[in-house]
Amino acid sequence: MNEYTFPILYGVAAGVLTRLYLLRTDYRQYPTYLHGRTIHIALGAIAAGLGTVAVPAIMEKEFAAITFLALAASQFRDVRNMERNTLNELDQYELVPRGKTYIEGIAIVFEGRNYLVIFVSFLSTLAYLVWNVWAAVLASIIGLMAARRFMSGSRLKDIADVQYVKPHFEGAGLYVDNIYIMNIGLPARREEILRYGMGFILTPKNFNARTTIANLGQRQAILHDVSTALGIYRDSGTPALVPLAKRDLNDGRVGVFILPQVEDVEKAKAVIENVPVLESAIRMPAKRRWKRRGGGGDDA
Amino acid sequence: MTHEKMILAIVTTKGETVAGGAPIFICQTKEEMEQIAANLEAILDGIAHELSEGLLIIVKH
Repeated sequence: MNEYTFPILYGVAAGVLTRLYLLRTDYRQYPTYLHGRTIHIALGAIAAGLGTVAVPAIMEKEFAAITFLALAASQFRDVRNMERNTLNELDQYELVPRGKTYIEGIAIVFEGRNYLVIFVSFLSTLAYLVWNVWAAVLASIIGLMAARRFMSGSRLKDIADVQYVKPHFEGAGLYVDNIYIMNIGLPARREEILRYGMGFILTPKNFNARTTIANLGQRQAILHDVSTALGIYRDSGTPALVPLAKRDLNDGRVGVFILPQVEDVEKAKAVIENVPVLESAIRMPAKRRWKRRGGGGDDA
Repeated sequence: MTHEKMILAIVTTKGETVAGGAPIFICQTKEEMEQIAANLEAILDGIAHELSEGLLIIVKH
């Protein structure tokens, strides 16, 4: 036992708690089960340890110890690769795949969370050593709030309005509102589609949102989330029953066609509204900082 | 050789309007055409698309 024991223990505990707090799971997230969680909690503990010991290392003028943080960075990059590979493998067996953009989003989040844990642990231990345990508690709470803020992305309802429209056929063409989805040749399939199918129109709220929901990865994420939450009326070998999202080229609205097993329009709408906006799908063509010689401006 | 999209088969009641490399199934009635197309769809993992009245193609997507 020495003067650093309690601060270090406290820092590690704060870090692990942060990781647990950020590891909220719900129906569509990975990991949902015990072993997947164990991996992330264990990595969280390692991250917390690294963040914590950096403080005594600085205080003891052991600057070489800080280089461990670089090691940590490469370790957590591996975490990202691991998540990406796992999810890519699993994705091949999904009836409605997540898509690479969604997978990349999840992998980034897992890497990012470990860095946030390092940050919280570092702050907590620093506060403990510089002031006292109460300052450390305060620092942890502030760190936790900051972590939460960084980790909460926006949802689809923030960038688009979702509206239910019953799909219909014009000849062999399947339409959601006036957006053409696909051509279905067999009358029996058409009946199934009219019986189970649901259509939604996503109207982007501004020009940036228009480009974001046009992203194929973002659209696939919507289809995946709805299909996971409400089930899907299809099996392997029935490509005609694939849910699709198509775009109206004139005004950027997106027509989403899904075949849920649970026929509940309100629920489906709620699920679509809560689909996360994927970081890699976000585009901001209307928000650009540009500088001219002798002046600056913002055209957004 | 892998193809992204290709016509796997043509099912039609109007045999005189089609020709080419894909297998062509000429049927007498609309019901027969739909029956064959449904089977082909299931067997080939393709989608039956209607090009015009009496002309279906099975496409691999």
